[in-house]
Amino acid sequence: MVKQKSLRTLVAAATAALLLPASANAETVKIGVVMTFSGGAANFGKQIGQGMELFMQEHPEAFGGHTVELIKRDAKHPGGDVAKAAVRELITREKVDMLAGFVFSPNAIASAELVTQGKVPMVVMNAGTAWITKLSPYIARVSFTMWQSGHPMGTYAKETLGCETAAVGYTDYPPGKDSLNAFQTGFEAAGGKVVDAIPMGGPREVPDFTPFFQRVKDAAPDCLYVFVPSGNHAGAVTKTFADLGMRDAGIQLIGPGDITQDTELQGMGDDAVGLVTMHHYSADYDTPQNQAFVSAWKAAYGADSTPDFMAVAGWDGMAAIAHVVKTLDGEIDADAAMEALAGWTFESPRGPIMIDPETRDIVHDEHVHEVVKDGDRLKIKVIDSIAQVKDPCKALKIGKCGE
Amino acid sequence: MADATRARERATAHVVTAHRWRWVEAAPWLVATGAFFLLPDYMTLGTQIVITVMFALSLDLILGFAGIITLGHAAYFGVGAYACGMLSAHLGWTEPVSALFAATLVAAFVGWLSGLVLMRYHGLTLLMLTLSVAILLQQLANTYSDFTGGFDGLTGIYFDPVFGVFEYDLWSHTHYWYALAWLAVVFVVARRIVYSPFGRSLVGIRENALRMHAVGAPVFRRQVAVYTVSAGIAGLSGALFAQANTFVTLDVLGFTRSGIIMIILILGGTGRLYGAFVGAIVYMVLEDELSKLTPEFWEFGVGLALVLVVLFARNGILGLLDRARSLLAERGR
Repeated sequence: MVKQKSLRTLVAAATAALLLPASANAETVKIGVVMTFSGGAANFGKQIGQGMELFMQEHPEAFGGHTVELIKRDAKHPGGDVAKAAVRELITREKVDMLAGFVFSPNAIASAELVTQGKVPMVVMNAGTAWITKLSPYIARVSFTMWQSGHPMGTYAKETLGCETAAVGYTDYPPGKDSLNAFQTGFEAAGGKVVDAIPMGGPREVPDFTPFFQRVKDAAPDCLYVFVPSGNHAGAVTKTFADLGMRDAGIQLIGPGDITQDTELQGMGDDAVGLVTMHHYSADYDTPQNQAFVSAWKAAYGADSTPDFMAVAGWDGMAAIAHVVKTLDGEIDADAAMEALAGWTFESPRGPIMIDPETRDIVHDEHVHEVVKDGDRLKIKVIDSIAQVKDPCKALKIGKCGE
Repeated sequence: MADATRARERATAHVVTAHRWRWVEAAPWLVATGAFFLLPDYMTLGTQIVITVMFALSLDLILGFAGIITLGHAAYFGVGAYACGMLSAHLGWTEPVSALFAATLVAAFVGWLSGLVLMRYHGLTLLMLTLSVAILLQQLANTYSDFTGGFDGLTGIYFDPVFGVFEYDLWSHTHYWYALAWLAVVFVVARRIVYSPFGRSLVGIRENALRMHAVGAPVFRRQVAVYTVSAGIAGLSGALFAQANTFVTLDVLGFTRSGIIMIILILGGTGRLYGAFVGAIVYMVLEDELSKLTPEFWEFGVGLALVLVVLFARNGILGLLDRARSLLAERGR
């Protein structure tokens, strides 16, 4: 038999309430959690789930004396259908008060019309396609959008790194295309020029990057902006980049911080040193909030494990849910919940965050990361920061973000 | 001598009566109706099962009866789903029944076109080529993501109530009956095909294609014909899927879908039509219940069940039932 814990994670957020007569009637709030828990992407759901549970364990007082019950459902693949069926079932059969999770964008997109129809607030904890929050008034996002890192990176590459020309290599699926668009928009608005954009295969198989990078080397731009899935893709990118001697040829490798995800960083090898990325979180941040978060994480899940930006989204998302539960005193009403979330601010491990009252999307600081060697482990060093970045896709009204 | 005559008479009687409806054949429809009244909250799963049964049925026509092996049947499911979805999302064609017909025709056409090439091959070559057709279509849909929505999915699909009367509800009740009605139609058609002379000739091709050539049967044409019909039915199930989900992603063309439908059919039993019903119900209920019990480890349970079936029930669950029945009959004698 599998651990009892994973059947239905009942966490007594009301430990405090048992001791103190805080609330006369402690409610149980049911949260449907729809994420990918199985298959190749299981680690994403695991990180977010652990982040959520860690918050419940560390801050039981945040729920105002009420109890939160998580009902987990596996969204399996990024096809939308399984997630949608799960959401439908959670709304009609389990009668959940709120929904949370959503690793892959298509799963959040497919479920959007149901949360409108069923009037259930939904807290998106990963799915980064920019226009998701436009699909329903009951969607709020605590994670990020692809534009939030790509667009400022474009500006930064031109203005600070001094790149006049850039080539872009991306994995040919929406996060890659979004990131490419975001970077190109930011870079060209600042006066730079994208000389080549190369689709580098799908997200599953790791391609041989040599032909793509050779083409870039021949074009000799100042910067090469790369978006690939973290892990083995990103490791192959830095290795190929080093093997072809592209740094010596005067090309700077840059990208969004997704490619230096904390959980995958150590596996990238020494070739990653010098890689510059733009992102909102790394476990190496030395703020008090983050240090407390990371040490709580290591105490709960082992000294070898490390949280990453997905875990932080789970933590922050749970904080947002706690805020709603406390504000509404356990009686969840969709419209009141969205009102409570609008303009909500929180001191997250990633820094100060806010839910933008207009777009219901996350606003957070973006940091310029550089991969450095610290002893025998790789480490993220923050070399620059941009405060309170709103999603540029919606601000600039690009494509579906402007509809 | 008398024994041989009796055996021949039994064989003749079988040919004469095999196509007749038997009482037991009412069972799936009674189960479907009973499920609705007993488990009204489970109709989202019910709708998915009905659609999967139809898809498995389409595979049974070619795999079970004509012996055509394929690892890319999701190609036609996906074409149907995209055709139906894009009619609504891009052309504003929101009448559901006619959209289903249109999607079925498109899928059948793609099936015919690819069948003209595919049916010239068999064995591993055919397996690889069917796989490639699905991959090609998936890459095509990914490349033209402005039309198909690509990985993020095709949104903006909307359909009018069925016949202008039956609205779609959050509980999927309308979708369930709608899909079930289509399944009934498809099943009657499939059953007619299987017991027709055409269907018998397919079985002949499955058992011995060379001999069918020798007796002058147009093997290639028969195979293309059944492949086209099967693609059409797969497309119809895909179109129903698009209408029930009002959302289509690249996943509908995926290898996983082709693989799972084959597993479902083998689980139920091939070449007997009802295998599609049994396989889909068992597989999907098992998956649904296990993944609720443990979202992290349900695949282990499903995998174990499949290994057991392959080890102990070579002809699927229905094959196992047959064996049990003949054992009982022997003991009774």
